[in-house]
Amino acid sequence: MSAPRRARRARQAGWDAVGLLVFAVMVFPVFWMISTALKPDDQIISETPTWLPLQPTLKHFRDAIERPFFWEDVKNSLIVVLATVAISIVLAFLAAIALARYGFSGRKLFIVLVIGIQMLPQAGLIIPLYVVLGRYHQVNALSGLIITYLTFVLPFCVWTLRGFLLGIPKELEEAAMVDGSTRLGVFVKILLPLMGPGLVATSVFAFITTWNEYIFARVLLNDQSKQTVTVWLSYFLGTSKHTDWGALMAASTLTAVPVIIFFLLVQRRVVFGLTAGAVRG
Amino acid sequence: MLDSSTNAAAGTLVSASRRRRRARDRALHGVVPFLLILPVVAVIGVILGYPLYWLVKLSTERYGLFELIQHKGVWVGLDNYRSVLGDAVFWRTLLRTVVFTIANVALTMVLGTLIALLLVRVSSWVRLVLSSGLVLVWAMPVVVAVQVWYWMTNFQNGVVNYVLTELHIGDFFQHDWYATTFSQLSLTTMLIVWGALPFVVITLYAGLAQVPGDLIEAAEVDGARSWRIFFDITLPILKPILLILTSLSIIWDFGVFTQPYLLIGQSKITTGNYLMSIYLFEEGYFKSDFGRGAAISILMLLIVAALSVVYVRKMVRMGEASA
Repeated sequence: MSAPRRARRARQAGWDAVGLLVFAVMVFPVFWMISTALKPDDQIISETPTWLPLQPTLKHFRDAIERPFFWEDVKNSLIVVLATVAISIVLAFLAAIALARYGFSGRKLFIVLVIGIQMLPQAGLIIPLYVVLGRYHQVNALSGLIITYLTFVLPFCVWTLRGFLLGIPKELEEAAMVDGSTRLGVFVKILLPLMGPGLVATSVFAFITTWNEYIFARVLLNDQSKQTVTVWLSYFLGTSKHTDWGALMAASTLTAVPVIIFFLLVQRRVVFGLTAGAVRG
Repeated sequence: MLDSSTNAAAGTLVSASRRRRRARDRALHGVVPFLLILPVVAVIGVILGYPLYWLVKLSTERYGLFELIQHKGVWVGLDNYRSVLGDAVFWRTLLRTVVFTIANVALTMVLGTLIALLLVRVSSWVRLVLSSGLVLVWAMPVVVAVQVWYWMTNFQNGVVNYVLTELHIGDFFQHDWYATTFSQLSLTTMLIVWGALPFVVITLYAGLAQVPGDLIEAAEVDGARSWRIFFDITLPILKPILLILTSLSIIWDFGVFTQPYLLIGQSKITTGNYLMSIYLFEEGYFKSDFGRGAAISILMLLIVAALSVVYVRKMVRMGEASA
């Protein structure tokens, strides 16, 4: 092996080592969460930490699940998330077609609306939403939370689906129209199948955003049996002096698992596709 | 095909009916986009427009628990605004939030750029490992991340104290990370930057793919140093993406609520460590002083709107262009 080649090899190994170090630091909190959740109590609170859960136990997961309101709140989260995503995707897809395929007056205003809403700080809206929804008995009701989420998820879905639609050549639809297809026919036979991945990706992201949301759920739902799972987790520590770290990490893992699974399922296409679409100039 | 009929009589008939159909199509074509956006506009108009109207109304009223039950506020003019703008806590909170935002955004962008550049340099298997790890972090719900952070920095059994002591960075035995405001906010910054990095890195990495490889090779052959290459070639190409990411981060970090609120913990939140969102939450919602809270909300919305102008304009131009 020649000297310059060896030098290049060494430099490459150096970069790789730095890369793995960054990986280790970034992923450590996730690893530590799962590791703690699986360890018996004496290993969790010992002076010197045990890195790997070599005697794994499911005790903490049982404890977490048996906490009051876990299942109720998981059910609430699922209802809110599924309703929000289903309504958003249907309505947003229609609006995205308008944006990607038509020129119309007021288009610019609509784009400003779609982008602008996503920039609103959510905390800035808790007061009026709390007061207004209260007047219509929508505080402490899942329906009130669903319509609140719609205002934020809809613009996101419109913009993302528009990006996916722009990736489908207009010529396909035009050709089908020339061949005598109706607008509806084009939509069902051409646009819908081609948009499959985009619709799945956008739904997953909407699912994740809604599942993870905290502040509106915290403000709008007061009853413990009516809360979502993120609020349930935020109250987990409570006021007790002796924290059950194992159960807390097990509960955290359970809250994160649906999101992580969804994310990893679609990550390749979606993550890179979404970001590329988001900044395509 | 009927269209190409050479029969004169039939031709005029056909073309007349076709004209009518085309006219109808055009009219329909004009209406279709409005029908398509109607549901979204209606939903947003009702669920956001109406509360925004109420926000303005509330900010001019005394509206506490009593008024909430009565469903009726008492008009006080601009008193709420005077009270907020005359409150030293508001100005201190604003300043603290600005400094906090600058620190967060600077750290996010610098580290994000460095890791994105690193992602280009490493071997392909390391790239796969690192990017998968970043996606895993991206997927972590914020509330979960807060709990994990809280556990890692616990003064008694937190792994952070152990590691720092073992690495001889100092004696962190039973060090309380939540003792001072600076320490509390620094932890929050680390949590926020950690959570924001995946999105920034992966977006920038996608942008780096646009940097022409032969241009860099040519520069290397000409003996340019790597920092010269970075500043003269890579940075100008990344500039639009960096601009978008920076404005997004500013807007997000200025309005951040969940991380500081839950990490610092409600019991330890005082007027001395407020950030804007928390100030609003505590003064408006928690104390049920909705009128004053509405005034704070409006001031905050105005600040964020001013911060968003650059970003929104850029995005709208993009949206316009791709019609």
